[in-house]
Amino acid sequence: MNFFVKKVATATAILLSSTIISHAAQTDITIGMQLEPPNLDPTGGAAGAIDQVVYANIFEGLTRYQADGSIAPALAKSWNISDDGLSYTFHLHEGVKFHDGSSMDAEDVKFSLDRARAEDSTNAQKALFAGIASVDVIDATTVKITLSSPNGGFITNMAWGDAVIVAPESIGNAATNPIGTGPFVFSNWVQGDRIEISRNDNYWGNPVALDSATFKFISDPTAAFAAMMAGDLDAFPGYPAPETLPQFAADPRFTVIGGNTEGETILSTNNKDEHFSKLKVRKALAHAINRQEIIDGAMFGYGKPIGTHFAPHHPDYIDLTGNSNYDPELSKKLLSEAGYPNGFETTLKLPPPSYARRGGEIIAAQLRAVGIKAEISNLEWADWLKQVFKGKDYGLTIVSHTEPMDIGIYARPTYYFQYDNPDFQQLMTDLTAESDPSSRSAMLKKAQRIISEDYVNGYLFQLARTSVINSKIKGMWENSPTQATDLTGVSWTD
Amino acid sequence: MTHFPRTLIFGGILFSIFLLGALISFVWTPADVEILQITARFKLPSTAHWFGTDHFGRDIFSMIMVGARTSIAVAVVAVGIGIALGVPLGLWAAANHGHWLDDFIMRGNDLVFAFPSLIIAILITAVFGPSAFNAIIAIGIFNIPVFARISRGGALSIWTLDYILSARVAGKRAFRISAEHILPNIANLLIVQGTIQFSLGILAEAALSYVGLGVQPPTPSWGRMLADSQTMISIAPHLALFPGFAIILTVLGLNLMGDGLRDILDPRIRRTQR
Repeated sequence: MNFFVKKVATATAILLSSTIISHAAQTDITIGMQLEPPNLDPTGGAAGAIDQVVYANIFEGLTRYQADGSIAPALAKSWNISDDGLSYTFHLHEGVKFHDGSSMDAEDVKFSLDRARAEDSTNAQKALFAGIASVDVIDATTVKITLSSPNGGFITNMAWGDAVIVAPESIGNAATNPIGTGPFVFSNWVQGDRIEISRNDNYWGNPVALDSATFKFISDPTAAFAAMMAGDLDAFPGYPAPETLPQFAADPRFTVIGGNTEGETILSTNNKDEHFSKLKVRKALAHAINRQEIIDGAMFGYGKPIGTHFAPHHPDYIDLTGNSNYDPELSKKLLSEAGYPNGFETTLKLPPPSYARRGGEIIAAQLRAVGIKAEISNLEWADWLKQVFKGKDYGLTIVSHTEPMDIGIYARPTYYFQYDNPDFQQLMTDLTAESDPSSRSAMLKKAQRIISEDYVNGYLFQLARTSVINSKIKGMWENSPTQATDLTGVSWTD
Repeated sequence: MTHFPRTLIFGGILFSIFLLGALISFVWTPADVEILQITARFKLPSTAHWFGTDHFGRDIFSMIMVGARTSIAVAVVAVGIGIALGVPLGLWAAANHGHWLDDFIMRGNDLVFAFPSLIIAILITAVFGPSAFNAIIAIGIFNIPVFARISRGGALSIWTLDYILSARVAGKRAFRISAEHILPNIANLLIVQGTIQFSLGILAEAALSYVGLGVQPPTPSWGRMLADSQTMISIAPHLALFPGFAIILTVLGLNLMGDGLRDILDPRIRRTQR
């Protein structure tokens, strides 16, 4: 009996002490990620997972993206643009140090940009630097960049994760030991499991609230759910199992954020296919699709219907979903007019993400209802890239185009959906040459209309970026204007 | 032979239930498994949907029935391939016992047998594309050495018997002896082994479908039903429970049947029982 009392007393003591500890605000965070980065050098690799760890945390550029997608100063505190729009003079912050103690100055900026635009550069976004004619050091904190032609997007280009400032002494080892100027220092990488970063006490800017952060790699959606529920993870941006979101939403311990992405999810249609080369058939296809059923069934309600290849949160977006409203009777009528009173058979090749696999089953059922028999084959990414993207051997497929502002792909007749419209191609050429904002906006709207009325692809929905985070965490990004897990503004509320 | 072992009866009943369900599904299911009704998803079992509905609002009971058809069809053909190719190979090897041909055939079989079967099945379907046909071929190939070994082993002991000697003296060729005298005498072995391989075939089909390499949607398959329900097990456990039980009970039924059949058919066991 005595023993029992002792045990209870000990247990109570432990409980009490743990309650006391939990009252102090937490200063570490564990973040779940589905993909592990192949390396940690953002200037040498294309993988989005690299920037999801290092962007704004370890590496900084002259400018940076903010949570709402706007651009803010970073290492450059200000800049002047010459009247002809050709030269940019950046004024750098003083006393900025790399994590290894060396100072960051104009020479490092020149090195980073020259390295990125060099002939033998392995930068994944070389186009960002293509317009740079020269980079000149004026003094230690002033650098002048001269462009070969005016570029209204240059300040935005410098905010990309691929345009961060690195040091010549340390960049060679950045793949495994990244050394930047950011508020966090890389501390440890356990391959296949996690990456740890900790606070940079010598940071030049506003100090961050967190002491340390761990990125934990969990690719399996079921495991991600379990880890979140068990409290092993504090946040999972881009949470991979939408079916379990209602459960998190109902649990006061968690907050579910449904932010937007640049991902237009479309039923890509092979425009050179014997059936889909006919406009009437593509129109019939569009009217056979019930978007809301796909969003509910495949994404559990997360996602915004789209009627063209454009992100709904973009100011130039126009809602064209009315061009392809769900109308199976009209669809059947169009099919008979096109010469298919009894429908036809085609293939529906699906890559691994759940929006494609689940969405594909739903679309196949919807198409069956109007007489189109789409035979599903589930492919791994490598096979999908080989057969569909490169080989163009398919009738239909479902994929999310996550690049920002990518309507220009419709001007490429050899792109995998093989849409060849000279008018559209001319429009895109004109758009690139146009700098007047209102004309550009009108052109972008016209482009959206052309592809919507040509029913190039089945336009389904804008992919949502759903994140599950602990309710006590503040400051995580809701949307995803660029690939990043920016921890600089993140803190625990108690 | 007047009374059957209880294992055979119990296993037979279990398996018959699923076989019956599979056969009935050709003409009738409670609901169409290819029609999705998203609004009616995650319904718990009720009189309208005996096993509830899945994440697309499909009737799980109907899916189990059609899934039984898929599983049984794949397993039957796969075992058929094993018997059709494995038994002649085994008999041929036995007829050439002591000759290099025997070694050649059996070492070839060992080679196939040495590979972990499911891994190679995954490889085959990954290379040739996922489909029911490729799943059948993949599972079938691994049944060949099983039946080849069993028939060679059985045949060897029969080749030493006196009536085979007299058949040879009468001038019968090895081919005829194998077909007329040996095959009927190893049929028992083959039936017992066939039942066991059948249950393994059902498991293998479920495993391939689970990793997405078996029959493709919309055709229901127990393995894929399990895979689909995996992330939803916390919100709708019945999605995983029913296909899970279907696999367990079918395999249990077939294994019990196999045990029971061996009790009746295996001459060695019969002798010791007397």
